[in-house]
Amino acid sequence: MGPYLLRRLLSVPPVLLGIATLTFLALHAIPGDLAAVLLELEGRPEEVARLREALGLHRPLAVRYLEWLGRLVRADLGNSTALGEPVVRLLAARLPVTISLALTSMAIALSLGVSLGILAAGRQGSFLDLLLLAGSQVGLAIPSFLLGTLLLLAFAAAVPAFPLQGYVPFVHSPLEWARHLALPALTLGLDRAAVLIRIVRASVLEELHQDYVRTAYGKGLPEAAILRRHVLPNALIPVLTVAGMQLGYLFGGALVVEQVFGLPGLGRLAVQGIYARDAAVVEGAVLTLALLLVLLNLAVDLLYAALDPRITYET
Amino acid sequence: MMGLLQGRNLPLMVGSLLVCGITASVLLASWLTSYDPTAVDPPRALQPPSSHHPLGTDRLGRDVLSRVLHGGRVSLLAGGAAVAVGAGIGVPVGVACGYWGGKADLVVMRLVDGLMAFPALLLALLTVSALGPGHLQAIAAVGIVLIPVFARFSRAQTIVVRNREFVLAARALGGSALSILHTHILPHLTGPLLVQLTAAFSGAVLAEASLSYLGLGAQPPTPSWGGMLQEARDVLFVAPWLAVGPGAALFLTVLGSNLLGDGLRDLLDPHAPRTTHL
Repeated sequence: MGPYLLRRLLSVPPVLLGIATLTFLALHAIPGDLAAVLLELEGRPEEVARLREALGLHRPLAVRYLEWLGRLVRADLGNSTALGEPVVRLLAARLPVTISLALTSMAIALSLGVSLGILAAGRQGSFLDLLLLAGSQVGLAIPSFLLGTLLLLAFAAAVPAFPLQGYVPFVHSPLEWARHLALPALTLGLDRAAVLIRIVRASVLEELHQDYVRTAYGKGLPEAAILRRHVLPNALIPVLTVAGMQLGYLFGGALVVEQVFGLPGLGRLAVQGIYARDAAVVEGAVLTLALLLVLLNLAVDLLYAALDPRITYET
Repeated sequence: MMGLLQGRNLPLMVGSLLVCGITASVLLASWLTSYDPTAVDPPRALQPPSSHHPLGTDRLGRDVLSRVLHGGRVSLLAGGAAVAVGAGIGVPVGVACGYWGGKADLVVMRLVDGLMAFPALLLALLTVSALGPGHLQAIAAVGIVLIPVFARFSRAQTIVVRNREFVLAARALGGSALSILHTHILPHLTGPLLVQLTAAFSGAVLAEASLSYLGLGAQPPTPSWGGMLQEARDVLFVAPWLAVGPGAALFLTVLGSNLLGDGLRDLLDPHAPRTTHL
């Protein structure tokens, strides 16, 4: 466990550096002049030159990169050109929204995916199994923004049980927080549950055909006990890795779902940043989302190593 | 009914039917509807479905059916082009890395890992923010997301085939690397690659629709399914029918392409665990 833990922890800084470099290159090394873009068409050449100097764009890319990296390490992400506020403050305000959305949807995806996947595997070939597989196929094909729109139509318009847009922080009113988050989290959660159902089902079925399960039946153990005590602990370990991989999709999905439900999260901030050509905001939102993902993946891997002792021998 | 379908590759049948049907109706858009998808007619704005306008009209009085069919060209073309970009760059890189290995392979694969550490849509978003919103930019963004996927996939497949006896024999007989790649390795990649292409296509159509929904893909007045759903969202409670056409088209395309991929996998790789018949 010790060496694995160390290796896994040491793998985090290079990944973060890679992500930061890629983000920098995408936003700073592209053809086209940021100063000219900011001044749009009205900018006279001397004005563009002055702004280039003010923004430090006249210096070599490598120098700018190192300076940028230095500021990044000190958590200084600069100011938003469109909103005039420090990017860090903007991110701090939006982060809780995205984390709330990601965690609640993951909880929905896991609880639905695992329970329905086990149910389908337990009744392989039955009508219920077929129905659940068909349902997951539909879930895989329906884009989250369409599902979100349908949920809005059903539960915010036809039956006005949930608000149409917006967000209320948990500390202000837990009930309102839950009401505002219910439909977006359900949208993202159902989307991911569709993937998990299939994986849990396949994983449980694979374990059910192992020799130790036959032995357990041979010993005369009741089916429920075999499933609970022998099959599930083994079958759910790979599910954990897949659930970790779903986090990436979840953050990607959050970009769109925040837009559908008007949630003031990081994804919405990033999209607004792109509209406003506000590079500092886009950079901040992208880096924060990527950092969150890397840390969550690390947590999943460590949990995986703790649950499955074999992992230490493989590394 | 169940007996009749027993043993047949149902996903392949349903998937091909859906994909062919949608592609045909999108290609024949000009024959299927007489309305111009961008012709504005304000007095007829937001009309519910009728015999003249089977899917109703939008906020500017444009015929929704015509926009769904013409928008399909944009969406399907974007999906296909993005897959072409991703596979066109990713497959040669992956095959070369897998066949020759060495330091270049190490470097390229670290880069691929780095790209894959990004959530796909976030990487696409970053690309669009670098290139600016637009249809071609969205295609490039989705294509770039697909490059590491194809590179890693074809590298893994090449490594498996590279060490098989017939390749070792061809090498011992003095075959050049290019001829071995061409005659022995690439034919073995075709089947799995076809499955991967189908899966990537549905993902690309969805990703392009997501970018268009966010206003970062095809720009108005060009119709695209994602963009139309965004427009429908603004008038959802006044004209909910606007979401039906583009939503159903997008859903059926992705469903068809997913089923086709599952069916092809069953057909081309009989040793792989069979996907269920739904």
